[in-house]
Amino acid sequence: MPQLDAKGRHAVAFTLNGRPAAVEVETRTLLTDALRHGLGATGTHVGCEHGVCGACTVSIDGVPARACLTLAVGIEGCAIRTVEGLAPEPGRLGSLQAAFRRHHALQCGFCTAGILVSLDAYLALRPSPSRREITEVVGGHLCRCTGYAPIIEAALEAAAELRGEGPALAPSENAHA
Amino acid sequence: MKPASFGYVRAESLEEALDALRQHGPEARIIAGGQSLMPMLNMRLTKPAMLVDVMRIAALKEPHVEKGALVVPAGVRQAILLERPKLADDLPLLASALPWVGHIQTRARGTLCGSVAHADPSAEIPLCLVALEGEVRLRARRKARRITAEAFFTGMMVTEKADDEMIEAIAYPLRRRGTGYSFAEVGRRHGDFAIVACAAVVDSARMRLAIGGVADRPTARDFPHLDGSALDDALNAFAWDLGAGDDLHATARYRRDLVRSLGRRVLEDAAKVTKGETNREAAPCRS
Repeated sequence: MPQLDAKGRHAVAFTLNGRPAAVEVETRTLLTDALRHGLGATGTHVGCEHGVCGACTVSIDGVPARACLTLAVGIEGCAIRTVEGLAPEPGRLGSLQAAFRRHHALQCGFCTAGILVSLDAYLALRPSPSRREITEVVGGHLCRCTGYAPIIEAALEAAAELRGEGPALAPSENAHA
Repeated sequence: MKPASFGYVRAESLEEALDALRQHGPEARIIAGGQSLMPMLNMRLTKPAMLVDVMRIAALKEPHVEKGALVVPAGVRQAILLERPKLADDLPLLASALPWVGHIQTRARGTLCGSVAHADPSAEIPLCLVALEGEVRLRARRKARRITAEAFFTGMMVTEKADDEMIEAIAYPLRRRGTGYSFAEVGRRHGDFAIVACAAVVDSARMRLAIGGVADRPTARDFPHLDGSALDDALNAFAWDLGAGDDLHATARYRRDLVRSLGRRVLEDAAKVTKGETNREAAPCRS
């Protein structure tokens, strides 16, 4: 039975965006801090640190979860995906990211990393979501800039694009066209 | 806000978890999905010396039907149970209530037993357990016991569980033929704590209404079949007996009003089944 003492530092191994990662943490280290301070992966943001705002959302084994409510020592062997894993290559945006840009689905951008990861994980499980489902997913995040409407449009358009159906909305229906 | 220091045990069997609890007693806390305990740790509202992680215990992962009840062990996440085929057939009340528990991002990690152990008076999972007259299965190193949900919750985030015990599983009695179930909730936003949550179970003999978010624990009352002003009077008496208080989110008066109006709505909805009608389908997210 692995027992880790309170004051020591403990090695945790997992995969981060498809690559092996290892970090040394205290038992009390949150996954947010392990990613940001331990690995320099600062794409995952820290907001409320009690699970309400959603800024720190990462995908753990394919499902979106709050990194601030996850102990780093608890993710041994898990597959973690963060916003850094969404773009196919440097300088190119993923479909969801590009749709966010087209729809002005972010302003200050603080909440964006978490929302992108939530939607990315959800679309992988449910490629044809209804508007209501997307609203439900985005409801797990606080955004104080956009009013959410452009986020939902971007998510639906990205889902359609990922299904190979092209943009979901005609330009005239796009509030920002 | 970061947690204070603690030791950490990753238990690989129930026995290991129970050994750790016996060894560390009141200084130890079980951690499962962490969606209730981690905020408490981050805010340092609790500072256990030892956390016992039970999520790697394979034996606690599988919900199963046993003697007319769905037994949900400690390692079952809310999202996993929601995906269970036939949940809406077997446990329509729980299927209606679970989408109100947090958000998909928290249900992906949070467990049902964890919510019961946390015993927040406004939480939906304990409310359904009380409404359905389910049981809590506690286990310590040398003894196991089963107690009713109503006896388990003893106050605001206080339960019957002893320091050396953990919740091994909870058991929800399955849907009975000719019985109607209905759930509704009012909160500031979807996913917030309920201001008032109502769960109704109605069969040919009685109407049972359980209320969360008002008293210091989920509280149920059985009524004979009533309607009209007799039902109003009974609900009014129940609303006052729950001892509502004012807080940041709602006044006591508003809470009593919700018990009367929303309580009536779920009772009438559940009663449709006993009259041979179909009741409101398990409507996710919105009442």
